[in-house]
Amino acid sequence: MSLSVFMFYLLSGIILTFSVLSITTRRILRAAVYLLFVLVATSGLYFMLKYEFMAAVQLTLYAGGIVVLIIFSILLTHHISHRFKRPETMNLLMGIGVAVVGSGVVLATILTHPFIASTSPVLPVDMSVIGNQLLSTGKNGYVLPFELISILLLAAMIAAIIVAKKDKNKNSEI
Amino acid sequence: MIEGIGIEHFLVVSTLMFFIGVCGFIIRRNLITMLMSVELILNSVNINFLVFNRYLYPDQMQGHFFSLFIVGIAAAEASVAIALIINIYRNLNNIDVENVSEMKY
Repeated sequence: MSLSVFMFYLLSGIILTFSVLSITTRRILRAAVYLLFVLVATSGLYFMLKYEFMAAVQLTLYAGGIVVLIIFSILLTHHISHRFKRPETMNLLMGIGVAVVGSGVVLATILTHPFIASTSPVLPVDMSVIGNQLLSTGKNGYVLPFELISILLLAAMIAAIIVAKKDKNKNSEI
Repeated sequence: MIEGIGIEHFLVVSTLMFFIGVCGFIIRRNLITMLMSVELILNSVNINFLVFNRYLYPDQMQGHFFSLFIVGIAAAEASVAIALIINIYRNLNNIDVENVSEMKY
């Protein structure tokens, strides 16, 4: 067993174990920390696939940004020693049933479908290639989604500020 | 491409992660933990895009850009959702889904 194979199984084990823990733990702050482990292990998988830029984005944006945001909102809305009630049996059965049936169908499809690995030369995905593609208007250019996502991010930022803003003079305004 | 690991291994991991996220979305009754399940789902889809790109079409990079944009959209979604959650908490004093049935200002 070579080292990369061992690393793959280690990262997959971390991902699956901490995903399950993150949805079953009864303390919400622990759930957020388990989610952080899952995201970091996923970025390890991206490093193994040699998508270094994507792995860095995953680390900074997901593990650095979104998890911190989630932890802050947990600290704002929950007491630190808060514990959840057990989920209702009906919900639990429904959730597990959907997961088992769905993953059974998808896994059966995946394991019977013949995937033909390509033998064409590997395109190195480094920073200059990504930058050129992202801002090119020619063939295989991605400038339109790039501009769209910039508008989307601006709209989301303004919306988040306006929604979460405290209304100081709510009564005098109306 | 990693030596000695087929594409199916990655797909099995991401499928299991996706359905763990779906299961968490159904059994959790708290808005923040449901948001975390949605993050798990988005993350598993990202793994799929990158693996298909690397194993089946290594001379192109559509999957890479798709997952890049998915990460951006997930960030926007999480920020707006958390703003809404904080606003709901301010109005109702808890964030369980059973209590969020009225859209009263």
